[in-house]
Amino acid sequence: MPIDPSSDTPTGPAADSAAERRAAEPVDVKRALGMYRVMCRIRAFEEHALELLKAGELPGVIHPSIGQEAIPAAVCASLEPGDYVTSTHRGHGHALAKGADPAAMMGELFGRASGACKGKGGSMHIADFSIGMLGANGIVAAGIPIAVGAAQGIKLKGEAAIVACFFGDGAVNRGPFLEGLNWAAVYRLPVLFVCEDNGFAAFTRAAATTAGYGAAARAESIGLRAESVDGNDVLELDATVREFAAEVRGGEGPRFIHAKTYRVTGHTSLDKADYRSVAEVALALARDPLKRLARELGEQGVEAEIFETIEAKERDAIQQAVEAARAAPWPEPESAFEDVQDQGAPR
Amino acid sequence: MTRMSFLEAGHTALAEEMRRDPAVWVLGEDVAHGGLYGQYKGLAKEFGTQRLISTPISEATIMGAGLGAALVGTRPVIEMRMTDFALCAIDELVNQIAKVRYMFGGQARASLVVRMPHGMVRNSAAQHSQCLEAWFAHVPGLVVVAPGTPADAAGLLKAAIRSDDPVVFLEPKALWQQEGEVPEDTEPIPFGTARIAREGGETTLVTWSTALGPALQAAEEAAAEGMAVEVLDLRSIWPWDVEAVVESVRRTRRLLVVHEAVTAGGFGAEVLATVAERLAGESALRLRRLGAPRVPVPFSPRLEDAIRVDAPDVLDALRSLCAD
Repeated sequence: MPIDPSSDTPTGPAADSAAERRAAEPVDVKRALGMYRVMCRIRAFEEHALELLKAGELPGVIHPSIGQEAIPAAVCASLEPGDYVTSTHRGHGHALAKGADPAAMMGELFGRASGACKGKGGSMHIADFSIGMLGANGIVAAGIPIAVGAAQGIKLKGEAAIVACFFGDGAVNRGPFLEGLNWAAVYRLPVLFVCEDNGFAAFTRAAATTAGYGAAARAESIGLRAESVDGNDVLELDATVREFAAEVRGGEGPRFIHAKTYRVTGHTSLDKADYRSVAEVALALARDPLKRLARELGEQGVEAEIFETIEAKERDAIQQAVEAARAAPWPEPESAFEDVQDQGAPR
Repeated sequence: MTRMSFLEAGHTALAEEMRRDPAVWVLGEDVAHGGLYGQYKGLAKEFGTQRLISTPISEATIMGAGLGAALVGTRPVIEMRMTDFALCAIDELVNQIAKVRYMFGGQARASLVVRMPHGMVRNSAAQHSQCLEAWFAHVPGLVVVAPGTPADAAGLLKAAIRSDDPVVFLEPKALWQQEGEVPEDTEPIPFGTARIAREGGETTLVTWSTALGPALQAAEEAAAEGMAVEVLDLRSIWPWDVEAVVESVRRTRRLLVVHEAVTAGGFGAEVLATVAERLAGESALRLRRLGAPRVPVPFSPRLEDAIRVDAPDVLDALRSLCAD
C-alpha cells in the first residue's frame, strides 16, 4: 500500500480552523497570481539547478525544495521589505520569495564572483542582507536562535519588523528548537515560526523518529498559538499567515505554523530517495501546489494562458540568470583570505 | 589611576561602554541580578532590564540569539558564565558566529563579545575548570583575548566591545579580587599587543591569564638564583604579538611558554612552533612549554595541587631551560 503523504505525520491541533479561515474569504486573484509567480520562480530555479548539476556545471550539491514552493510564497506575501527571514539548508525558495535576485543566486551556485556571497558560501549559505534574508544555514535548527535574537534586537531598537523563521520537521527534535520557542514566548518576541514538514529528515521518515503529537502540539505545550496547515495549498497558507503575521506584528508574541508538504526530490541532488515508493511520490505530485492553484483560479475564471505566460516569463528570467552566471568571472584567489576578521592575519 | 579589582575593572569598563553606546547590551544567565560573580552588579538599575536580560538556561540560544541581535545592528555582550558551559553552544560560536562574515561574502558582521570566565577556582572539578583558549584560537573568524591584570581587563573589554569582529573574552575566575592600577577612562588596548610584565635579558617567559601570577613569582625567585627572566604577558591570544616574542627570543635564545591549560595541543605549542620557524637557521634555540598534564581537572585539593601549574613548577622549568 503506498503511503499517503498527507496522513503520514500526525497532526496536532485540528487543521479544520485553517481550512475554515480559508473558505471564509473570497479569493484575491491578484494576490494569488503574485504568489503563483513566486512559486514558478522557485520551481524554475530549482529545476534549472538540478539540470546544471546533472550536466556537471555546478560544484557541490543542492537541497532542492521542489514541491514545497507554496510555503515561502505564502509566508513572504505577508512580509514587509523591512522584515527578516532565517532559513535552512533548503533555502533557495526562502531567498527567492523574500526578493533575492536570481542572477546573484545562480552566480553563487556557480561559485562565481557575481554570486550573492561572492562565491564564499554556495547553496547552503545563500544570503541577502539587503532584503533581510539572514542566510541559509547548513546546521539543522541553527536559524531558530538567530531568529529569536534578531527579534530581540528589533525590540531593543524599537522597530516594528517581524522575523519569519523557517525550519523543517527534523529541526523539531533538536535542542535549539525547544530553547528558541521558549525564549520567544518568554520575551514575547515578534517571530513567526514556520515548520516545513516535508515528511523526511534526510533519509528517514520524520514519523519514525518523532514522538508525541507533532510540531504544532509541541509549540502549544510551550505556550505558543499554533496551527497545522496544508502546506501545498497556498491559499490556505496565505489566510493563516496573514492572520498570524498581523498578531505577531501587533505585539501579541510569537506564532507557529506547521505546514505539511512533501519533498518531491531526494534530500540532496545526489539522493535517489529510493527509500520511498514510486506510488507515494506520484500521490504527492498529484497535490503539486502550482497545479493546484492554477486549477482553483481556473475555476474562478482565470484563463490558462495567464498561468502559461507567468511560468514562461519566470523560466526565461532563470535562464538568463544561468547565462549570466556562466559568463561571470571566478573569484580572485586572494578573496579566499578576505572577510575573516579585521585583526589576525589569515596566513 | 585607581586601584581596583579585576571584577571592578571589567564592571567599570562595561558601564562606560554602555553609557557611550546605546546599542551595547548584555544577555546571559542572572545578569540582571548582577551575574554569578557580580560582574553586572547594579547595571540593571542604571540601564534597565531591556539592556540587561537574564536568560533561561539555554546556552545555545544565549549564544545564537546574541548573533541574531548583532545581525540586525545591536552590539550584544554575551555572558556564558564559564568556558565549560559555552561548550553547549559550540555550534553557535564556531559554525555561526565565527563564519557569518565570511560565508555570506562580507554582507554580515557579528559585532559581539562572548565573555567566558575560565580556569580552576574553588575546587570546581572537571566540568567547571577548563581553559580552552587553544580551541578558540584555532577557529578562523574569532578574536581571542585573555587579560591577566585589571588594567588589561578594562582596556581589552572596551576594545572587544568596540570591535566589529566577534571577540572571545576569557576572564580568570581565580583573579576576580586581585587588585591593580587602572587608568581613568581607560583607552581600548589594541589586539595583538603583548605587555612586558617583567624586564630581563637572558630568558624569555611568555604567559597569560591565570599563569601570569605564578610566572612572575617564579621569575622573582629565579633572579635570586642568577637567572634574568623577561616575562611577556601575551594578553591577546589571537591575534598574538608574534614580533614582540620573536624579538625577545632573538636576543635571549631561550623561551619558556607557561599556561594553565593542558600542554598537549595547548597554545604554548603554537607560540613555540612559530618562534622555531621564524628563528630557525640562526644560532641554537632552547624552547620549552609548561602547562597542565592531559587529565581532567580533579576535585580533591591534593589532586588539584598535583596537576596545577604553580610557581615552583615554573621555577623548575626555568632552571632546566637555563642549565648548561
